[in-house]
Amino acid sequence: MIIKDIVYKYGNKRENLIQILHEIQDADPQNYISKENLIRLSEIMNIPVSDITSTASFYTMFSFQPRGKYIIRVCGSPPCHIMGAETIFEVISKELKIAKGETTSDGLFTLEETSCLGVCAVAPAIMINDTVYGYLTVERVKEILAQIRKKEGK
Amino acid sequence: MGLKIKIDNIPLEVPEGTTILNAAKKAGIYIPTLCAMPELGFTPGSCRVCVVEVEGLTNLPASCVYPVRDGMVIHTNSQRVKEARRMVLELLLSNHPLDCMTCEKSGDCALENLAYELGVKESRFGRREKRLPLDESNPFIVRDLNKCVLCGRCVEICNEIQQTHAINTGYRSSKSKIIAGLDEGLKYSDCVFCGQCVAVCPVGALIDKAAQGKGRSWEFRKVHTICNYCGCGCGFDLNIKDKKVVKVTSNSESVVNGINLCVKGRFGNDYIHRDDRLTTPFIRKNGKLEPATWEEALQLISDKFKKIKEESGSDSLAVLSSAKCTNEENFLLMKFARAILGTNNVDHCARLCHSSTVAGLASAFGSGAMTNSIKEIANASVIYLTGSNTTENHPIIALEIKKAVTKNGAKLIVADPREIELAKYATVWLRQKPGTDVALFNGLMNVIINEGLEDKKFIQERTEDYEKMKKVVLKYTPEIAEKITGVPAEDIRKAARIYATAPCASIIYSMGITQHTTGTDNVLSTANLAMLTGNVGKESTGVNPLRGQSNVQGACDMGALPNVYSGYQAVTDSQVREKFSQAWNVELPDRIGLTVVEILNAAYEGKIRGIFVMAENPAMSDPDLNHAREALKKTEFLVVSDMFMTETGELADVILPGVSFAEKDGTITNTERRVQRIRKAIEPIGEAKPEWKIICALAQKMGYPMQYNSPAEIMEEIANLTPIYGGILYPRLEKEGLQWPCPNSNHPGTKYLHQEKFTRGKGKFFPVEFKEAAELPDQEYPFIFTTGRVLYHFHTGTVTRRSRGLCEIYPEALVEINPQDAEELNIQDGEVIEVSSRRGKIRAKTQITEKSGKGVIFMSFHFYEAAANLLTNAALDPVSKIPEYKVCAVKLQKIN
Ligand code: SF4
Ligand code: SF4
Ligand code: SF4
Ligand code: FES
Ligand code: FES
Repeated sequence: MIIKDIVYKYGNKRENLIQILHEIQDADPQNYISKENLIRLSEIMNIPVSDITSTASFYTMFSFQPRGKYIIRVCGSPPCHIMGAETIFEVISKELKIAKGETTSDGLFTLEETSCLGVCAVAPAIMINDTVYGYLTVERVKEILAQIRKKEGK
Repeated sequence: MGLKIKIDNIPLEVPEGTTILNAAKKAGIYIPTLCAMPELGFTPGSCRVCVVEVEGLTNLPASCVYPVRDGMVIHTNSQRVKEARRMVLELLLSNHPLDCMTCEKSGDCALENLAYELGVKESRFGRREKRLPLDESNPFIVRDLNKCVLCGRCVEICNEIQQTHAINTGYRSSKSKIIAGLDEGLKYSDCVFCGQCVAVCPVGALIDKAAQGKGRSWEFRKVHTICNYCGCGCGFDLNIKDKKVVKVTSNSESVVNGINLCVKGRFGNDYIHRDDRLTTPFIRKNGKLEPATWEEALQLISDKFKKIKEESGSDSLAVLSSAKCTNEENFLLMKFARAILGTNNVDHCARLCHSSTVAGLASAFGSGAMTNSIKEIANASVIYLTGSNTTENHPIIALEIKKAVTKNGAKLIVADPREIELAKYATVWLRQKPGTDVALFNGLMNVIINEGLEDKKFIQERTEDYEKMKKVVLKYTPEIAEKITGVPAEDIRKAARIYATAPCASIIYSMGITQHTTGTDNVLSTANLAMLTGNVGKESTGVNPLRGQSNVQGACDMGALPNVYSGYQAVTDSQVREKFSQAWNVELPDRIGLTVVEILNAAYEGKIRGIFVMAENPAMSDPDLNHAREALKKTEFLVVSDMFMTETGELADVILPGVSFAEKDGTITNTERRVQRIRKAIEPIGEAKPEWKIICALAQKMGYPMQYNSPAEIMEEIANLTPIYGGILYPRLEKEGLQWPCPNSNHPGTKYLHQEKFTRGKGKFFPVEFKEAAELPDQEYPFIFTTGRVLYHFHTGTVTRRSRGLCEIYPEALVEINPQDAEELNIQDGEVIEVSSRRGKIRAKTQITEKSGKGVIFMSFHFYEAAANLLTNAALDPVSKIPEYKVCAVKLQKIN
């Protein structure tokens, strides 16, 4: 979807900026908000670039770097940590050969750390795009990654 | 009823609404602050350095925001307060580099001062350094965000006062930092390098790049003076160390601008110490300019001028005065021409920018100056802005316009062929075809009259010839005006209603109105519109021409014009002539002299044999340059005084080294008629001399006793002979200056003109018919060519092109062209193309931009390699003799 349509859909109002940014990010195959898009948005909404960047950078959920199709967010808050989130993180990192914040060379996965996902009861937990996975073990994680790869034919 | 409080045991009474901080200030008690800028209404209360203890309150309130209540007992320096401040300070210091020893800001840093006061050496919270890279992307400002304390001042001033919106706060918690644009460095943001943020940063996070390593606050001597670029007349401090101007800093006592400046004023004065300054006189010997002594040079000029006068009469001589020089210098040069050379051939470059203003407004109102003051703009309810790209040419006045719109709810009407930055703030933007202003004004007035929106009482009581004007205006229905101007009739109606129904509406214009063959007609139209609606003689209304150079108003006031002495006293009036004749003890010529363009034409024909040019550059600034340069070449004896070698200097027979504004005393008059002091900060470079001394020396050489000990003495003579400057005397100018008319030494000066009655008695309406520009596009030359200035340069570039930073940021001439035109001609952005008119051709890079309308090409005239004035048309306005810089016909050609 082009930016103009996204802005039109929500209404060209400042209070809709966050939702608009979200949709711009989601609509991008690389799952991020490009500089060109920020500039374009600034022109359309008549909000200064610095102002939009200020808002966008405040939220950790927006990325200004191209990311994979699947964003893996590993929870790093205490309850998950105690239940072994660190190991989960390491396994994913080894499996995909990427460090925190990086994207696999095939553009499929990006690995991120996040704070509490709000599902502490099923700790340790991760979120891949909009899906939450709980009660994780090393095997389970590998399985999930394999499934996605299979689905994507990679 | 005041509130009674006690602050550190001092009893005090303050009005309701006073903050504790301000109350303390009143009691002479100092409270440290970091974030608050109460003078600018910015008190976010976020840094908490200013906390105080209030008896009865459990927590410590931030004094910068907390209002005083009756009976309050306040302690500003108790143990608890000190503890709290220490805590705040240590938190800040824990991630602040401790390198005061090498920091530019040391000695003038709020954090350093606070640490000193509280005796804090280390932070109990350890050290967490940020290690962010320096932002050195641009030539003016270094950002070291490791030193930033996130006070928010820079963001506030950039967004709310400067309103450029280049910076903001980004990210969050420990990653918080100030970002510019897309967080890629200031150069890549919308920053216009006004440096307002540098002026308010309390620490060393924002630094003047060029002054790095050249001294710290305690080493500088500060001299308060006035900017020598545009007509805004901003004040600032020159910072002097080792006899050199190191940098400019804001001085909050500056009446026009406060702490605000533009990039030229703040960062564009490094030309003063360029090593290509002229430091000795030069005389042309065997075709080459050779260094000479002052004695030789003055003797030669004196001999030559005397000889020419004897052989061909006084009127074969002429002088060109200067809008860059002081009032005193302009006065002396016109006295030199009239009393010593015996000719009224005196003019200066105001002829080329605002002579139509002087002529038009003098006929309509009786006085050819800005009617109201800069500070009044912010309170206007409607502003009609036309032919002025204020943001770039009068940046400080643009701040007032933005303030009016965004803070005070004013409506802005922009009438301009270019999409100037202020169009963003406009309720209506009228994009007229260049050269059709009269039709647009008549269209507006047609609507006002037809809808009965005119101010009948004002017209009746204060004006004359209304019916004559009305008769013409009635012919210009919005539909007819649309046909001529290209502005939709509906927009004309809308703008007319907005303007006519405003309680106070101000017209602001500049060279887009004046520089036409119909310049005087355009100006008369502004006056018609203002009088029709009663918008003259009241606060925040009026007709306000923005004058270009720093002292172009003053140069006119001083009579550097062929028809008047100082104070617009006509040379043809025998009583006036008698007065000057007695004062100067000579016979004075009674024939009106020639204007700039006429002087050059006469020189071309050999009728003028000798010209003295004081700090001007007609070989760059005049229209149809090939002709102008030829005329100067043919001039038998050409004398030029200037700081630098100029295009005109290269043609001279004698060059005299002049000085910069930092090397002399004097006064200049800004666009709102405010006479202000410029102050000598350093000694002249080499053998250079201020122009007033040069003129005196030359006069004496020629046998006329012209001697003054100081510019103050010259001003006494001016005051004596010039009613509007009658009360303008140096001791009165120390602080805010004075706005003329100021007839006597008790008069407070005049904020706005024509209050009870017009200077000429009744305001006079003029019927003005639309006339086409002298040269219109045709088959062969299909584009309209229009010229102007850009923010980063000034006039012929003599000075700004010698400023390192200004050149780096805007290195070359650009031809602005509309995307559609570019596409049709298959021209790429940045491609070098040839622009030619019937008079000449130039090559320059294109900039494809929506700013230019279709069919319109814009260029600035600052660059000699691509001198726009080789193309412009020297066709003159019949009344004011201003040339038509704003419209001529050109064609574009791809190279290769
Ligand atoms: S220099 Fe001026 S425009 Fe640039 S960031 Fe600072 S305040 Fe804003
Ligand atoms: S850069 Fe200076 S003014 Fe801006 S927030 Fe940081 S410390 Fe304050
Ligand atoms: S606005 Fe004009 S007077 Fe003020 S600093 Fe800039 S150039 Fe100088
Ligand atoms: S701590 Fe991991 S989901 Fe709450
Ligand atoms: S100065 Fe008062 S809170 Fe910063």
